[in-house]
Formats: sequence, C-alpha cells, structure tokens
Amino acid sequence: MAMALRKIGKDGISIWRRGFSSTSGLESSSSRDATPVNLFTAINQALHIALDSDPRSYVFGEDVSFGGVFRCTTGLAERFGRQRVFNTPLCEQGIAGFAIGLAALGNRAIAEIQFADYIFPAFDQLVNEAAKFRYRSGNEFNCGGLTIRSPYGAVGHGGHYHSQSPEAFFCHVPGLKVVIPRSPYQAKGLLLASIRDPNPVVFFEPKWLYRLAVEEVPDADYMLPLSQAEVIREGKDITLVGWGAQLSILEQACEDAEKEGISCELIDLRTLIPWDKETVEASVSKTGRLLVSHEAPVTGGFGAEISASIIERCFLRLEAPVARVCGLDTPFPLVYEPFYMPTKNKILDAIKLTVNY
Amino acid sequence: MAAFSAVKIPPPQFTTVRSSSQRPGSSPAHFAHSPSAFNSISFGSAKSVRSRPLFAVSSDVVSSSDKTKPASSSASNPAVTREVALELYEDMVLGRAFEDMCAQMYYRGKMFGFVHLYNGQEAVSTGFIKLLNQSDKVVSTYRDHVHALSKGVPSREVMAELFGKATGCCRGQGGSMHMFSAAHNVLGGFAFIGEGIPVATGAAFSAKYHHEVLKQSKPEGLDVTLAFFGDGTCNNGQFFECLNMAQLWKLPIIFVVENNLWAIGMSHLRATSDPEIWKKGPAFGMPGVHVDGMDVLKVREVAQEAIARARRGEGPTLVECETYRFRGHSLADPDELRKPDEKAHYAARDPIIALKKYIIEHGLASESELKSIDKKIDDVVEDAVEFADSSPLPPRTQLLENVFADPKGFGIGPDGKYRCEDPLFTQGTAQV
Repeated sequence: MAMALRKIGKDGISIWRRGFSSTSGLESSSSRDATPVNLFTAINQALHIALDSDPRSYVFGEDVSFGGVFRCTTGLAERFGRQRVFNTPLCEQGIAGFAIGLAALGNRAIAEIQFADYIFPAFDQLVNEAAKFRYRSGNEFNCGGLTIRSPYGAVGHGGHYHSQSPEAFFCHVPGLKVVIPRSPYQAKGLLLASIRDPNPVVFFEPKWLYRLAVEEVPDADYMLPLSQAEVIREGKDITLVGWGAQLSILEQACEDAEKEGISCELIDLRTLIPWDKETVEASVSKTGRLLVSHEAPVTGGFGAEISASIIERCFLRLEAPVARVCGLDTPFPLVYEPFYMPTKNKILDAIKLTVNY
Repeated sequence: MAAFSAVKIPPPQFTTVRSSSQRPGSSPAHFAHSPSAFNSISFGSAKSVRSRPLFAVSSDVVSSSDKTKPASSSASNPAVTREVALELYEDMVLGRAFEDMCAQMYYRGKMFGFVHLYNGQEAVSTGFIKLLNQSDKVVSTYRDHVHALSKGVPSREVMAELFGKATGCCRGQGGSMHMFSAAHNVLGGFAFIGEGIPVATGAAFSAKYHHEVLKQSKPEGLDVTLAFFGDGTCNNGQFFECLNMAQLWKLPIIFVVENNLWAIGMSHLRATSDPEIWKKGPAFGMPGVHVDGMDVLKVREVAQEAIARARRGEGPTLVECETYRFRGHSLADPDELRKPDEKAHYAARDPIIALKKYIIEHGLASESELKSIDKKIDDVVEDAVEFADSSPLPPRTQLLENVFADPKGFGIGPDGKYRCEDPLFTQGTAQV
C-alpha cells in the first residue's frame, strides 16, 4: 500500500490528508524517487514517459507546442521534435478524426481537446468512428492507440463553456473507455495506462486541480489498472461514490459526517466505463446505503447508471434509496456556480437523510 | 516546422506594396458584377498576390512620423464628412475606453471569468457596424463587448452584464462572452469559435425570406447580417459549410474575418495552409476582399460596398480585415509568444490615433473638439461602472429560469412543488 500525502486547497483552505490506496499492480514502491508535484506536472511527466517509451506516439492539439493553456505539454516539443508534438488548427472534429486515422495504423495518438466543452464537434468522430472501429472491421483495424485528453469540470469562474462535465455522454457509447483521475499520483498512472490500453480512451482531467492538488508522485514509469475502483476511505454506514475533483468535496463531507458519528466509505471510481461494479457492490453490501455525487446535471448523469446497477444487484440489502447529489438541471451557470454545484453541505444533508431514512 | 506540409512562407515585411490604390481610402477590390462570375482577377490582381508580402497593406490614412504622406490625400478632399468622422472617432474611443476600464475592473475583482479585450481592433467594429440599421444583425465571438457597443447596446448594460448583475443585457446570465440584445439585434456572443457563423447564416436566411416570400420589404433592401470571427476560425469546418450555404442561397450576409494573426498562441501562418483567407471566398463563388483593418476609413469603404451588395440581393461577401489585438488573448493570457517588433509595428498603426490625425489634417474638427469627445466618453464609461456597481445581483431563483420556455418546465420536485419555486433551493443548504 502506498501512503500519499495530499494537500488540496479549495476555497483557500489547505487540508492535509492521508489516504491509502488499496490497489495492487504495477506501482513504484520507491518513495525515494518521488517528488511532490501538482496535477499538470504529473500529466506532463506521464506524457514525457509515453513519448519516450514509444517512438510512434504523438501529442497534438490546440496550443500544445508552447506547453498548452494549462502547461500540461511543456517541454514535449523541444524534447521530441515538432514532427511528434505539434499544434493543430482549430478544428476539433478534424483533430479527433485525424487521431483515429493515426491510431488505426498502429500509432499512439494522444490528442488534446483544449476544454471538454469543445469536445462536441469531435463527438461524432468519437462515437461513430472511434468506438466502432474494431467492431465493424471485424478486428481488421482498431484505434486502440487513441487517447483523447481534455480538461473538464468547474473551475470557479468558467461559465457555460469552460466548466462542463460531458463524461456521461461518452459513457453511453460501447467501445470507448472513460477515465478520470482524482489527484496527481493517480493521473500519471492512469494516463500511462490509458495511453497503453489497446482501446480508445477519453481521459478527462479535473482542471480545478491542475495547480491546487499537490502530491508525491514517483518519477519512474508506473501504471495504475483501469476498470478498478479504489476505496480511499473505509466506513460502515454509507458508501459514497465519486470521481475527479468531486472527491475532495466528498472527503470534506466525510470528515464532517464523522463528527456527527456517521462513518462513510468513500470510493473513487477512476474508470467510468467499464466501471468496477464489484467493488461498489461489495461496499454497498457492507453499508446498505449509497450516495453518488458528480458535477454534471443530475438527470441522465452517470450517477443514474450507478444507481440503477446497484439497485439491481443489492436491492434487498439497501436500507434507503440511492441518493444522487449532482449539478442542477440547467446549463452550467456563470454567476450562480455556487448554487449549481453539489457542495459539501448538500452532500452532508443527503448523507444524513439517507442514514436516517 | 509543423507536421503539416509546410509551404515556404516569406518572413513578414512591413512595407507597403499595393501600387494600385493611390487614392485615399480606396478599396482594393472590385466586386464581381454578376453573381456567377468566378472572377479572381477583380480582386487585387491574382498575379500580384503571390509576390505580395503577407503583411503588405497600404495605408494612406495612417502615417508614421517619418513617412511622407502621399500627395493624393489632399486636405481639401476628405473621404468622409465631418459628422461621419466624429461618429467614427467617438465609437472607436468608446470601444477603447470601455475595454481599458474592463481591464481595470477585472484586476480589482469586480469582473471575473474569461474576459477577452478588443483593444486595437476597433476600426473593424466601427467601420462595419456604424453602417448598419437597427434591424440589421450582428453575430460575434467571445471578443464581443465592442461589437455590442457599436451596435448600440448601452455601455451601462454591457458593463452590468460583465459584473454579472441583473441589469445586464442578458440579466447577468451570459457574462463577457455572451452579449445578446434583441432590441439592437445582437445575436451573441459565442464562446466557442465558429459556432456563431451558422447562426448568422440562419438569420440571413430569415431576412431574405421575409423580404422575398413574405414581402415584408424595406425600401433600403434586405436586412444584412454580419458575422465576425477570427483567423483561427477559418480552419474550422463550420466556416466552410456556411460559405457554401450562404453563396448557394445568395444570403445577405457578410463574413468578416478579424485576422489578428494569432489564435491564443498559435500563429495563423503556422496553422493555415494558405494564410490568405480572402481567397477562400472566390473558391465558394463569392467575392473575397482583403482590407487593412487598422484603417477605419478603408474598412468602411469596403463595408459599404459589401453591405450594398447584400441589400440588393446579390449575396454574401468574405472580407478579411488585417488587424491586431494590442493585449493578450484574454486577461489571463501572459502574451509571451508575440514578438515585440510585431507588436510595435501594429501599435504604430493604432486606428484611433490614425483617425485623429486624419481628422485634424483635413480640418474636419479641432483638437479640442476631439478632446471633449474623449472626456465625454470617459464620463460615459465611469457612469457605466457606477451603474453596474450599484445594480443588484440577480436573485437566486433566476438560476432555474429560462432553461425551457415554460419557467415551470422543470416539472414537479420530490416535495410536490414546482422546482423553480422550491424554497429549499433559494434558502437551502447551498453554500455561497
């Protein structure tokens, strides 16, 4: 088990945490060669390693060659050359399709969509081409080398088009994988695993955490397994499930609930599709209650899928209805962001309601 | 060089070349007389295009101190009347003063989010929009404050919108990047590049339909739609799709490209196979014009012809305005990639200073009259800030309004009441 020190400062509050990881796998155990870095640096390290280890991998997107608007791609163009790390014109549909073509011929295409809000022109290519390439060619071709990286989620002032969480749209597409890390250590391992996974992966990075989340990250090459959820906090009264930046809010809610005597088990889903039903089911079998939280609007969000699946599997065990504390059913607002978001208080209220059902 | 096959682009030369236009404010383009003419010769001579350095613009109005003024721009024959010149001057100064105030307010925390300022590009907005009627439509991008102001949206409403107040033009919902006004026919305000162009195309179709089918004609002709967008957008699929549709159906639309050479940090030259955007017009059958976007009189002249064409029903025009933004892409952009000599070159061609010089040299107004306009605009902008400051924030219930047409379209919540009236929401546990 690796212990990780995480400092996450949201709203200017620094909270020191110790979390434990229950994952096994190809993790580096050498804490001597680890440095505290933030999220965009961890991702940058992962990209350096990915390009280093495979000469047929490419990173491209809008503004990537100077380092990207979030600095995730700094140093790549200088180190690997502009034939492998290059800017594309402003055409998301073109970027995605072009990436699929590269991947179809055995290359690793790591495309960046500058904000997840801009992914919709690429949606057609991803849904109709990337997801179905292997299937409809009878495995003659595949675009497994495709990884789309995109910053998603609220950032405090983003407004309608710099804050959306479109993960649910992609979770509805058989053939694609959706991966969302919660912290720098997770991000590096999951990104490397996504790049090397033989399936097309959409990798959403929580932009709020790019600078705010700092964690010890091993310098070496390591991967974390996909489709495996992680129990980051054990408890016995209620199971909380989330992903990405929302987890730090959930953790704060867990702390507050603890003071009121409610012991919460917190699970990071990590891969949304295909998701680790067994871990969540095992947890709910233990606690009997489930709460899912995500920033995307509640109706049709991925929480609905989790809720439906768990009810199918754990119906007799459930003590209360599955609670979903999510964004409201409105477009992502500008000034109203604090009201729209699933905040700690809303989650706390829902925890109490569920436990006292 | 980029992975795309690189055409050898000559380095920018900041010299004037265009020999054909000696008259002040002369247009570089002759519009094709018949709509079906695929005549590339009319647009500044196809032969000279290849040899023409990319940044070459002749500018009879703008002159740096050591350049001699062409003898042909005589003081006795100005291109515009005094009233028009002052109107243009006032509009550009309003745009500049407003944007500078935005920057101040942003750094004081009154404004937040992503704010994109228009400093340096005022000639394009003023040159085009001041020729429009109230019923003509403007569609813009995220760099839309000045387009809204030029079209007539009061500065108070724009500033209040930027502050997120209920008195803003969109009641605080849209913010900097989404300026809409039904009264002034500003159709937004699009954060996403290229998204406004199809919307503008649809609006142009509506105008044409009203005129031709519903026979709700105006004596001036068709209502015109202007779509403003940048150089980066010209590599986006939506742009090409709309060029095709607009020409196919001869829509009264003008595609105005504000080519400021940079898409955040991507240089236009390195992102585009053929950087001369105006050439994409003739490829679709419409006239393509290149104009010096730092010279408001030149822009205005080109705009006049394009708008007249559209009103007569002759269809769309693509106008490429070579311009420059003096600030970074947004207020959060450190603007490290642009070279200082490029910035200095365009700073020397500041459209406001140029017009001021022109007005004074042609005796259209005195220095003190221009100064009084400056003062008046300062007062207007100050008043806008005070208004915005003292305006109320929108009530929390506004969050659920306008998702659907029926404010009760959210349906009933779990407690049996309409969600939009849910008190738990307005007082609730949401942390402010």
